[in-house]
Amino acid sequence: MARIDLVDLAHSYGGNDAPQDSFALKPVTMTWRQGGAYALLGPSGCGKTTLLNVISGIITPSRGQILFDGKDITPLSTQKRNIAQVFQFPVIYDTMTVGQNLAFPLKNRGVPKAEIDKRVAEIGRLLDLEPYLNRKATRLTADAKQKISLGRGLVRSDVAAVLFDEPLTVIDPELKWQLRSKLKALHRELDLTMIYVTHDQTEALTFADTVVVMHDGRVVQSGTPAELFDKPAHTFVGYFIGSPGMNILSAEVRGREARIDGHVIALNRAYDNLPVGAKIEIGVRPEFVEVVAPAPGLLTAKIERLDDLGRIRFARARFGDAKLAARAPAGFTSSDGMAGLKFDPSHVHVYADSLLVEGAA
Amino acid sequence: MDKTVNQKAWFLVLPVFLVVAFSAVLPLMTVVNYSMQDTFGNNQFFWNGVGWFKELLDPSTDLGGRFLASLGRNLFFSLVILAIEVPLGIVVALSMPREGWTVAACLVILALPLLIPWNVVGTIWQIFGRPDIGLLGYVLNAAGIDYNYVSNDIDAWVTVIVMDVWHWTSLVALLCYAGLKSIPEAYYQAAQIDGASRWAVFKAIQLPKMNRVLLIAVLLRFMDSFMIYTEPFVVTGGGPGNSTTFVSIELVKIALGQFDLGKAAALSLVYNLIILIVCWIFYTVMTNAGAERKVQAESEPAAEPKPAAALKPVPALKPKEGVA
Repeated sequence: MARIDLVDLAHSYGGNDAPQDSFALKPVTMTWRQGGAYALLGPSGCGKTTLLNVISGIITPSRGQILFDGKDITPLSTQKRNIAQVFQFPVIYDTMTVGQNLAFPLKNRGVPKAEIDKRVAEIGRLLDLEPYLNRKATRLTADAKQKISLGRGLVRSDVAAVLFDEPLTVIDPELKWQLRSKLKALHRELDLTMIYVTHDQTEALTFADTVVVMHDGRVVQSGTPAELFDKPAHTFVGYFIGSPGMNILSAEVRGREARIDGHVIALNRAYDNLPVGAKIEIGVRPEFVEVVAPAPGLLTAKIERLDDLGRIRFARARFGDAKLAARAPAGFTSSDGMAGLKFDPSHVHVYADSLLVEGAA
Repeated sequence: MDKTVNQKAWFLVLPVFLVVAFSAVLPLMTVVNYSMQDTFGNNQFFWNGVGWFKELLDPSTDLGGRFLASLGRNLFFSLVILAIEVPLGIVVALSMPREGWTVAACLVILALPLLIPWNVVGTIWQIFGRPDIGLLGYVLNAAGIDYNYVSNDIDAWVTVIVMDVWHWTSLVALLCYAGLKSIPEAYYQAAQIDGASRWAVFKAIQLPKMNRVLLIAVLLRFMDSFMIYTEPFVVTGGGPGNSTTFVSIELVKIALGQFDLGKAAALSLVYNLIILIVCWIFYTVMTNAGAERKVQAESEPAAEPKPAAALKPVPALKPKEGVA
């Protein structure tokens, strides 16, 4: 049980003197509250596993501090931190039974036998591993093995946080759902801080109440799934979350208007103080752009194809060099392949150098 | 799909069949033929049935006594070197670096003894141990230890065993190192999180993951040490007395020293049979262990060892290299 604070934490595999750009984890300050379910989301190589390993103590950070409940634990070894970690590939001890696997962390810490048996039985029940406790762990399926890895973390009563490093990679799709709901249920039951690393947005959005998006070693946004969807703080978040991702278009923005190739798109807020010389873009999710019949005043684009996702159809459109996706309402057809684009002004965001700019009301 | 029947394909197999016949089957049958006969030279042979085999297995006869005594010495030798080389090899492998330029340096240094021809190893230790000019023998004697492998049984045994450990521990160490390297990093990290001590990591992770390569190491070392000839022959010549005369040395003495082809043929057949049986036992154990693994594990990246390597043909009545 602990709140975890990261204070100006950074890590470079090349050492502290390496240029800042090469840091695997760029300086970050943030708080993980006790009992939260977090997802650490980002593409491969964005530094999320590094961050996880820094928290668990497998990697010592090049700089900065980690606080558990306000206490600096940066110099402590992994053994001394109350952290459980589940890895991408199930780690089980081949020669032991499931029960012995679960008892291993307690045995190593010299817990009395009666206490061990009690905890193992409890965790076995919690994870539905009871029938297997006396079986060799090597014979089980991958999802049962992952449960054992998780169980070895949960079995310790003092565990502060459980870290998951893409734990469902080797699990069959239908079992993924089951295991993920199991994790959610455990989270509700045990009041543990859980940090879940993944590059799969569905996994992240369904598991977590707070999603932390990482990009190129930086934490670019942390918020609820709805916040990430409605108000991406960084063009990368807009692009990475959602399918298809956010449309990002270069534009000139002045006051309550954005201009693309001379076409005017209305904005809900006024943007008068945009940084000079910055790259200005507007971002709008495909859900909030509608293709309609061409009409004066609307941006006209060429429809390249229509993707039918069953529930909803998305048109892939192009005007000039810009490409974008837009919602195609039921019954929409285009005889000549041309269509007008209707933007929902309240969902058009302005980005300067990839960062969200809050306009004035 | 229907297979086309084409008996002409046998012609493709024929060359291999001929080569194997001339290189393995015919020589082996010659040995079988000799083992049933006695010769007094001049290419005159007399039928002796299973006489030699009976004599071979009867400790009261000269042949049987010599064979069984050397067999006992040989088994004892194999056990001793296994008991030393396997744990030592594991310890060496565990203490090797896991990355950096030192890995290459360690591998080269470890591989050096393996690259030296058997009789050169023998010569090195023969000179190294001499009390008059050898570094080891001279230093030991100067230090007040009466060491002389030419006259003392125990000294001779110690020399032969130390020589074998020096020559072959590297093999065990290299095999174990390969096994260790194949353990994914996550296992060590998980063990760290589980608070495992160094010993617990060894027992729970490293030893179980190494058991395959260890089995191969034990098999190879057992067979090689059971067939050992050149090194002890060069160092001690089987002496003092008969104290370091192993089966192959006895065999060469009978076959080439006394030119008792019948006795030697019988001995070599039995010798061959023993090795085959041991190989078969190991092979069965290994494939069973492997089959068990396959049912359990789907994601284990452990290298599949080739059991075929365990079945290398044993030269019957063919003295090892380095003997003229």
